[in-house]
Amino acid sequence: MTRWLGLGRGATMLLIFLLGIWVATSGLLDQITAYWDDITYLTRQHVFLVASSGGAAILAGVPVGIWLSRPSMERYAETVMQVFNIGTTIPTLAVIALSMTLLGIGFPPAFFGLFVASLLPIVRNTYAGLLAVPSHLKEAATGMGMTQRQILMRVEIPNALYVIFSGIRTALAINVGTTPLAFLIGGGGLGELIFTGIDLMDTGMLLAGAVPTAALAVAVDFLMGQAQLRLIPKGVNPLR
Amino acid sequence: MIRLEDLTKRFKTPGADIVAADRVNMEVPTGEICILLGPSGCGKTTALKMINRLIPPTSGKIYIDGQDTSQLDDIQLRRNIGYVIQQIGLFPNMTVEENICVVPRLLNWDIRKARQRAADLLDLVGLDPRQFLRRYPKELSGGQQQRVGVIRALAADPPVMLMDEPFGAIDPINREIIQDEFLKMQAELKKTIMFVSHDIDEAVKMGDKIAIFRAGRIEQYDTPDMILAHPANAFVADFVGADRTLKRLRLVTAEEVASTEVPVTARSTKVSDALHQLTVAKARRAVVIDSDRRPVGFVTAEEMAGASGAVRDFAHPLPATVPVRADLRAVVSEMFAHDTMWLACTDDHGRFAGVITQPDVTAALRATYGPDKGAGQEQGAS
Repeated sequence: MTRWLGLGRGATMLLIFLLGIWVATSGLLDQITAYWDDITYLTRQHVFLVASSGGAAILAGVPVGIWLSRPSMERYAETVMQVFNIGTTIPTLAVIALSMTLLGIGFPPAFFGLFVASLLPIVRNTYAGLLAVPSHLKEAATGMGMTQRQILMRVEIPNALYVIFSGIRTALAINVGTTPLAFLIGGGGLGELIFTGIDLMDTGMLLAGAVPTAALAVAVDFLMGQAQLRLIPKGVNPLR
Repeated sequence: MIRLEDLTKRFKTPGADIVAADRVNMEVPTGEICILLGPSGCGKTTALKMINRLIPPTSGKIYIDGQDTSQLDDIQLRRNIGYVIQQIGLFPNMTVEENICVVPRLLNWDIRKARQRAADLLDLVGLDPRQFLRRYPKELSGGQQQRVGVIRALAADPPVMLMDEPFGAIDPINREIIQDEFLKMQAELKKTIMFVSHDIDEAVKMGDKIAIFRAGRIEQYDTPDMILAHPANAFVADFVGADRTLKRLRLVTAEEVASTEVPVTARSTKVSDALHQLTVAKARRAVVIDSDRRPVGFVTAEEMAGASGAVRDFAHPLPATVPVRADLRAVVSEMFAHDTMWLACTDDHGRFAGVITQPDVTAALRATYGPDKGAGQEQGAS
């Protein structure tokens, strides 16, 4: 098993190595590095957009999900979730476009559009994860004399954490993938190089935007995967 | 001590109100196990859950050790009552140690004291603390999980425990083992326990008293023996089953019935001496024992009559022996298996401890029917 894994890793390394040789000899590397200043500036902008909108979505989405899962909200929660579900079906490009009509151009509509697009999976997973906590656990916790707050913090959230994390991971994947579109409404980011590259039929410029975007997406997903693996207690973590 | 006074629960439904508990009155003395028994939907679980107020009572009072619990706040009340449920409800996100320490921590115990307690309790149920403290519930077998579930409820040493079909989800073999362990533990701890069950055999085995519920009312509240011997009405008689007399066999151990005044003899004893001994004792047979007092065979008077030699020449092997601690059900089962009217009993060290005969067993069953509570009432019930 480990031997095959090692072999696979070796093959990947070789592939990356060959790809590197090809990129270097084809002269693409020179074309890409010509945009180095743009890349660093726009990557920073891009990462800021992802981090701010994603962070805001987590900060807002988890509490909303928790609030919807409370027994007092039982009657309305399903209706609210239906609204959220319909929201998910709207393509993210449309969400961005709609937020531009509301907020004009620049950072605010980009931030808002990305925020809305990543909010939905977080709320949905938080809500679903908390509802999926077996009722006998809550009964045991209540019977042992935990307060509602203690039950939430010590039993419900830890046991829903894996599902909540999956929602956050999905949300950030959507977020990173959608952020290049922010350029279209003046939000900046690596989309600037991608879309301008497309318009000018300039492969070097296009790749100067696309490669860091792809690398960022992979990096974010990797970080989230590691966080999911390490931060969630062993007893409720199917990965461990 | 737990005392329920006119405890009533009405659930409001769109149609008619449902009465889940109807003026339940009962008292569980300190240190006893009371089994709430009945078919599903009879209100036994509702009655139990009203005690720790998972279900708020509609009316009536609950006293624990003489204190009216309606004066206490829910959280304080629950932290002082051990609670075990059928689904066990161990928190999967916590280790075994953390699970056991939940209530002690809620009560602000010192962390070291709580951990020590967890280790001690694991020891008590035969789980090695070094091995199990750091494990997660999913790494335990069902039986181990239920043991941890029980000791978690015991962690803060509450005087009262509520158990809602605690052993219902365990396979029959492990259930017997855990029940025995629990009874041994209870003999030391002497908690006041309310225990919901739908299994008459479990109730008879575990209970000091049994309350039989139907439609929110107590039909009979008495000792297992009285319930089996004198069911109060047709419902109770039907619920405990047509074989209720046989069930009573489990309530009596061989020790209580076996007669110890049986002539014993050794293999090397002379036949004439053995015969003399039998004549004096007015017995037909003697048990042959070895130098360690272990029963090895028997001799009868008829076969030895007029013969000479040693007992060894006339001894028959014993078909089987039973431990004197065994209940009568096991004894009768052995008797039937070996087609014999009597069996020799042995103590913990395998030494001869008496003889038990089929008439002894039937006499023991008849004993509680007694002359004054006689057959008249018996027939009226069934």
